[in-house]
Amino acid sequence: MDTTFVLLSIAKIAVVWGGVLTGAAILVLAERRISAWIQNRLGPNRVGPFGLLQSAADVVKLLFKEDIVPTAANRFVHDFAPMISITVALTTFAVIPFGDTIEAFGQNVKLIVADVNIGMLYILALTGIGVYGITLAGWSSNNKYSLLGGLRSSAQLISYELSMGLSIIGVIMISGTLRLDEVVMHQTAPLAHSMQKLPSWLQWLIPVAGWLPSWNVFFQPIGFITFVVASFAETNRLPFDLPEAEPELVGGYHTEYTGMKFGLFFLSEYANMITSSALITTLFLGGWHLPFAESWGLSPFALSLVKIGTFFVKVTILVVFYIIVRWTLPRFRYDQLMRLGWKVMLPLSIANILATGLLLLWWS
Amino acid sequence: MDLFTILFYVFALITLGAACVVVFSRHIVRAAFALLFAFFGVAGLYVFLLADFIAVTQLMVYIGGILVLIIFGVMLTQKQINVDIKTSPVQTWPAVLIVAALAGVLIGMFWSTDWARMGEISTATTATTPKLGEMLLTTYVLPFEVASVILLVALVGSAMIARRERNT
Repeated sequence: MDTTFVLLSIAKIAVVWGGVLTGAAILVLAERRISAWIQNRLGPNRVGPFGLLQSAADVVKLLFKEDIVPTAANRFVHDFAPMISITVALTTFAVIPFGDTIEAFGQNVKLIVADVNIGMLYILALTGIGVYGITLAGWSSNNKYSLLGGLRSSAQLISYELSMGLSIIGVIMISGTLRLDEVVMHQTAPLAHSMQKLPSWLQWLIPVAGWLPSWNVFFQPIGFITFVVASFAETNRLPFDLPEAEPELVGGYHTEYTGMKFGLFFLSEYANMITSSALITTLFLGGWHLPFAESWGLSPFALSLVKIGTFFVKVTILVVFYIIVRWTLPRFRYDQLMRLGWKVMLPLSIANILATGLLLLWWS
Repeated sequence: MDLFTILFYVFALITLGAACVVVFSRHIVRAAFALLFAFFGVAGLYVFLLADFIAVTQLMVYIGGILVLIIFGVMLTQKQINVDIKTSPVQTWPAVLIVAALAGVLIGMFWSTDWARMGEISTATTATTPKLGEMLLTTYVLPFEVASVILLVALVGSAMIARRERNT
């Protein structure tokens, strides 16, 4: 390993973690302000201009709070569970490309922390580990509400992980790779390229829709919908927030957590929201790709910055969508959740794989 | 020692230490929890063998699937019965035989592998996933299908057992 590689990796990790953690802090405030706007109230607006320093004040408060561990709790696991949650939340972003390449230190640097061959599987595997943070937190607290929250969450995560993995398979079949940067590259061609193969009675579509970029959302609409729904379930967001349903479970799995240990769960939930929005962007919405940006005649460096900005804007739009959904929809009942997961999402994503396979066979 | 060697020993230590806790611990929850670290360490060792696909599959299947169910079961039964479930050795001789056979196979593999060539492989190998997929659907299609049929049978069987208990 040469030193430049190590230094560049550290720099990229710093950028990603700084982005995700700052983003999470801003998101907490954005969530409270947007919910206030939806419910016709003001929201936190006293700390700093427009309440911008509210998150900083909250973090300081959490850091200085007493760390209370219930007497009957399993101390080691109780301490360990938030570590698992935050580790998973902060490492998932490693394989997501947040830009194309950029000129730095005299070489072309790929804007992705870990450029591995199996990016998509890595994300699915880490989601699987993420279950433990919540399950073990629920069990180790020795509290019935916590245990119920933990059990609900593991059942929910396992059920929706399946349809999440299966809806990615459609994307893998189209792009023929597990590398997320190649998935993005595959989406940069204009749609007209792949529309040449359409049968003659559909050729009129080329002038109508050919100017669109070939983002996977146009090829995989069903996969896109199932993936977005599964991501909502995986991040424990409404309408799938049964693991921490306040009216029935007090706080769910984190009932017995105080101070910064609770803060870590909170932080990882928001970091997961950012990461899953980034993943949706990368897999279905073209990642950093902005149509026609190449034809603006920008310098390579400015173009790289534009691409990073595009990625950022797409992720922001998705995150705001997450927040608006949370404050619009009511919560599912548990049996509805399971029925949706196993009787609607799973058959739908399997049918999607079948349809994708047939279409690919027919087109090639 | 370079960084890779140190990391290898860290992962080996995690695997062996956690495996020892799994075997020797009398507290079943602690054993199940230690299994998490054992599986994780093994996944790390697969990465050192350049088997990236196997490593991630190890995480997905064993940690993300099987161990969740084990921990589920342990967590629920321990709370309900109000008795500490302790593990103790049973069926010592069959276990000794099976472990001896397994150890024989592993040591045989260890001797027959040409470790000196591992250096060349590490520079030559690119992505293992496409080749694995091709081989599973051409050369090894029969074992692959047999495994999937066995899994299907297990799925149907477990669903049947779960249903029957609810009716009685």
